[in-house]
Amino acid sequence: MTLDRRSFIRILGGASGVALAGCAGVPAVSSGSAGEIMAKSGRRVVVVGGGFGGTIAAKYVRMLDPTIEVVLIERNKTHVSCPFSNFYIAGLMPDMTALTISYDKLAANHGIKMVYAEVTAIDPTGKTVVTSAGTLKYDHLIVSPGIDFRTEEVEGYGADTANVIPHAWKAGEQSTLLRNQLQAMPDGGKVIISMPLTPYRCPPGPYERSCLIAQYLKTHKPKSKLVLLDANPDVVSKKPLFTKAWNEYYKGIVEYVPGKKVTGVDAGKKTLVVEGIEEHKGDVVNFIPPQRAGAIAVKADLVGEDKKWCPVNPVTFESTRQKFIHVVGDACVAGAMPKSGYSANSQAKVCATNVVAMMNGKEPVELSGINVCYSGITDHQSVSIAAVYTVTEGKIIAVPNSGGISPTDFSMTELEHIYGESWLRNILTEMST
Amino acid sequence: MTTNFMPWVLAAGALAVAPVTHAAPPTPAMLANPCGGCHGTNGASAGLATPNLAGQSKKAFVESMKEFKAGTRPATVMGRLAKGYSDEEITAMADFFAAQKPHSYDQVVDAKKADKGALLQEKHCARCHVDDGQDFKDDAPIMAGQWLKYLQIQMDEYKSGKRKMSEKMAEKVKPLSLDDMDAIAHFYASEKQGEGK
Repeated sequence: MTLDRRSFIRILGGASGVALAGCAGVPAVSSGSAGEIMAKSGRRVVVVGGGFGGTIAAKYVRMLDPTIEVVLIERNKTHVSCPFSNFYIAGLMPDMTALTISYDKLAANHGIKMVYAEVTAIDPTGKTVVTSAGTLKYDHLIVSPGIDFRTEEVEGYGADTANVIPHAWKAGEQSTLLRNQLQAMPDGGKVIISMPLTPYRCPPGPYERSCLIAQYLKTHKPKSKLVLLDANPDVVSKKPLFTKAWNEYYKGIVEYVPGKKVTGVDAGKKTLVVEGIEEHKGDVVNFIPPQRAGAIAVKADLVGEDKKWCPVNPVTFESTRQKFIHVVGDACVAGAMPKSGYSANSQAKVCATNVVAMMNGKEPVELSGINVCYSGITDHQSVSIAAVYTVTEGKIIAVPNSGGISPTDFSMTELEHIYGESWLRNILTEMST
Repeated sequence: MTTNFMPWVLAAGALAVAPVTHAAPPTPAMLANPCGGCHGTNGASAGLATPNLAGQSKKAFVESMKEFKAGTRPATVMGRLAKGYSDEEITAMADFFAAQKPHSYDQVVDAKKADKGALLQEKHCARCHVDDGQDFKDDAPIMAGQWLKYLQIQMDEYKSGKRKMSEKMAEKVKPLSLDDMDAIAHFYASEKQGEGK
């Protein structure tokens, strides 16, 4: 046991206001009886979260310096990709097999030690992670916790709301729920998608979802309508492309309504309330709540003054709030890089490179990053956005005069659909082998 | 890309961590690693339409990136991405990928077409894509073990005139039909890179 009872209680005390609901069904650690999971003998990096960022961080630390022990902590035995889950929701993918990875090959190929547990606290002074299965000491900690929802800002949003009004913004059961609701909806029904103000996970995601669900409605339930309530004053990603897709393929089906910030829900009535007054009732309601960094980032005091996202050093991705703790992926503030799976992948490689440099007393290396993101607009067409990132004057920026979106004449959409599928296979293979 | 790294101004207040004041310019690995999201770790592509870069000829890589950058090779995202790198950075990435161990995933090909393609490539391609496409001459890329879908897209772009050929290649390709070129694609895809003669 590396934490004495007093310091352990102090850590938990610091987490007041954040429920430990995630540990339901696993042995409680509040007694402080769970000991060290594995003793630390040499140098060790612990990674929290087995998604787009965490898997790559763990893998690249081992690839770059196999003398460093790497422990990857993840609460689930599998990870379901959010990218492409809209195809599954819209019935354009038979099941989630192509979206799902496990960790066995990754662990075996690179000698990564897997711990399947929930992280409940981080002690930055004792450099210790507390999990539902016991504690782990680290030299450097890389946290890639993804997002959680600011449901406390939404009146009427309770513990069961997402079971009736799914967010489907974390892929898996939620995706299946939304898919099933769409399939059960009678022809002539109304689907509502509500999306939050930026920043949120996957800027083009809600617009892609509107297109692919509209494709489903057009094919199977042509009398139905879809309303996209956008809290933002305008389309925030790939605007010319999505606007054209709505006009060319989904006229009379999709209604895009900007400036509609949902402030309340009534799950029983399947109703959303905009700015406290205007009610929108749907047969299927997909409410994507406003977001913040994953709960553990809040608990471990990694979020900045906005209490939402984690400020980091743009070279090492070390938290500006806690030494030896690095944050990558959706949870961190990474300048011009969007909150996407590809950004997380790039950031994790930069972070791993520089964690290894720091642990070996070497000079860190400046960031070079990429984001490539495909969005489906029909069952056989996709569009993309791509950019290269660099650091200038301490800020991550897109390299000037590069990057951009697909041609708006849609001349590349069928080819990009093929490349999009290829993207999915490559990035998930990178994460799982 | 960036010239020198400047220490940034810390936001006020509770910041406990000193900034990193010195960072070296991006290494070849730092530049090449992000490509893996689409091209696989170290350029070993698992995606059916995305080319392998691991073990690829340095000259071919540089040539392609320069064509993407100039807009002379048809592209989706690559035209936009290539513009983000200097010529020096492209050369560094080319060196990185050329040094990687080739890795070809198993893929399904039509054996009949591959047989036909084997004969055709001997006559029309082998002078530059030498050793059954396992090796290369000048700026010709290694073809062996490349993804079938990727090769088919390229063949189509060559034949339709979207992608320009060198004069010597144009001469060799002229008598070939699209079916012939498809057969050649099946042949190269049927091979495993690094397991040739």
